[in-house]
Amino acid sequence: MTDIFEPEIVAFCCHYCAYTAADMAGSKRISYPPNVKIIRVPCTGKVDAIHIMKALEKGADGVYVAGCLEGDCHFKTGNLRAAQRVRRVKALLEEIGFDSRRVEMILMSAGMGERFAQTAREFTEKIRELGPNPIRSAIQEQARRAAG
Amino acid sequence: MKTESRLEKVLASGALAVTSECGPPRGALPEKVREKAGMLRGCVDAINVTDNQTAMVRMSSWAAGILIKQMGLDPVLQMVTRDRNRLAMQADIIGAYSLGINTMLCLSGDHPKFGDHPMAANVHDIDSVQLIQMVVKMRNEGKFQGGKDIDHPPKMFVGAAANPFADPFELRVMRLAKKVKAGADFIQTQCIYNLDKFETWMEGVRQRGLHEKVYILAGITPIKTAGMARYMKNRVPGMDVPDAIVKRMESVPKEQQPEEGIRIAVESIQRLKEVEGVSGFHIMAIEWEEKVPEILEKSGLLPRPEP
Amino acid sequence: MITAVRKPMEEIIACVSPYDRILLVGCNECVSVCSAGGRKEVALLSSALQMHFLKQGKTIEIREMTLERQCDPEYVEELVNYMDGADAVLSMACGCGVQTIAARFREKPVFPAVNTTFMGASERQGVWSERCQGCGDCVLGITGGICPIARCSKRLLNGPCGGSTKGKCEIDANVDCAWQLIWDRLKALGLEKRIEDVIEAKDWRTSRDGGPRKIVREDLAS
Ligand code: SF4
Ligand code: SF4
Repeated sequence: MTDIFEPEIVAFCCHYCAYTAADMAGSKRISYPPNVKIIRVPCTGKVDAIHIMKALEKGADGVYVAGCLEGDCHFKTGNLRAAQRVRRVKALLEEIGFDSRRVEMILMSAGMGERFAQTAREFTEKIRELGPNPIRSAIQEQARRAAG
Repeated sequence: MKTESRLEKVLASGALAVTSECGPPRGALPEKVREKAGMLRGCVDAINVTDNQTAMVRMSSWAAGILIKQMGLDPVLQMVTRDRNRLAMQADIIGAYSLGINTMLCLSGDHPKFGDHPMAANVHDIDSVQLIQMVVKMRNEGKFQGGKDIDHPPKMFVGAAANPFADPFELRVMRLAKKVKAGADFIQTQCIYNLDKFETWMEGVRQRGLHEKVYILAGITPIKTAGMARYMKNRVPGMDVPDAIVKRMESVPKEQQPEEGIRIAVESIQRLKEVEGVSGFHIMAIEWEEKVPEILEKSGLLPRPEP
Repeated sequence: MITAVRKPMEEIIACVSPYDRILLVGCNECVSVCSAGGRKEVALLSSALQMHFLKQGKTIEIREMTLERQCDPEYVEELVNYMDGADAVLSMACGCGVQTIAARFREKPVFPAVNTTFMGASERQGVWSERCQGCGDCVLGITGGICPIARCSKRLLNGPCGGSTKGKCEIDANVDCAWQLIWDRLKALGLEKRIEDVIEAKDWRTSRDGGPRKIVREDLAS
């Protein structure tokens, strides 16, 4: 069987913007790749560095955090803090020789259904190009061993 | 007279004193010291020997000072508190004195960050004011800093530095008062380019009668090039080079800039000679020692008196 | 508080590479407050190490523990049940915590995962700066509440030096000149005259120069 790589992507989406945008995309029948698994958060400020790291550690091929446009955060600066954390995670990943392009911060507003879909498509494409998370095979190997 | 220092004698006689400086070499060649000091023979009353200036390793101040002493000239032992603790400093002071060095200058020193050993420990067991106190105590009480008697104490004529241009300006006269209180006999100032500001400072010094308690030697550094003027203005902490000086240097073609720099130095000396409380000049011609006689000649400070 | 910063991953990885089972121990006190070695940082480091080794095709076992206070033997004792299952300990506490573990578990290698940096205070969110060097003979009472030992680059007791420029230290335009701060504070207190008092040479015996220090409180010691 020829392996077609289907990336698994985790998107932490703020309830007030990206999540609503995703909803809108759905209701307007704007399609976006099913690779993107959406996790709704009350504010991207709620997304901790460890959440992103754990997603990657468990094998996600890419992670993005989608928050409100600058100045629009429902909790004032949650989105900016999230952006700082994303930068920190990227730096940590670089330190362990892990391609930091697998993690991004993205900003959008609730009305941007099309942008949500487009972002999801673009990010998926980018990850497809980067290939699978390099630790994925190790995880599968581990699981096989655990089972056998 | 507190000491045998030639500088003290000249100052006490009421004549304007002249000192200059010699940066020791970054190596073990004694000729380098002799060459530089030789250029100053007959022109100055004492020659400051810098102590690991700008935190770069050089021949030690006392060793170079002794080479100068052997030439029949009078070194001023500079000592910074950055590199040694009070044991080492007192040992060096006794040693230098035993070989005939009787004048010194107490400094804290530039931070190691500026030199070629930024990774070195930054000692500062005591500071420059406490160093003045220590040397004065050694001389006047015959006691080490730790309190024990010295068998045959060194009698140093003790100098300190003053920077009338550093911040906060309002504190600058008080800083001097503090060094006088600690026991400084003479002061060598930072190079003066902003004469107005220096005169304002001197006014404050006179108001408190400090000029009667300490000899103040005004610092003069001739500028070689417009580039050097700009560098000192922008890069050297605690240096005040007015725009007018930079412009004046820039206004003449490159080959005439050294001459212009010397002209500025001479004019400054002439003006400062008239300032009450200025007891002499400290000429720091960095790597340009050969010009010192010319500057002094043109300023009417030669020949030097025989005290 | 005592501040610290995590060591470069490369150095940490080099320390723990020879081992398969790591006990990663954080501390809930200072290093937690300065976000260097608390529970969160332990989790993050653990995850980063896991990913690194998985990438190399190696699986290691990391057990995460964050003690209430790693410099206190009473809390370090909590590790006793986990030591058999560990080949090495990686500590995210300050040097005091690392040493408390090393003293208690003599046969277990212990590695520091942070560089203990200074005793400082928080200036604002995410910014800490040095405030005290523990000299053992505090002079804050005469220097307007600003420490010249910890905050003057030359630890001058009779500052400022000639390098003070526009309120900043000669070493760096981003570093406040401690003596400018002291002067400003003395002025605010109406104590300008103090600047002329010569502060005598310090007796460094109370500081590190007198040898390692110890406090014994007879009334408390058992
Ligand atoms: S004077 Fe000594 S004890 Fe007081 S703050 Fe400074 S270093 Fe700490
Ligand atoms: S500039 Fe201020 S803080 Fe820096 S060494 Fe001089 S006195 Fe100390």
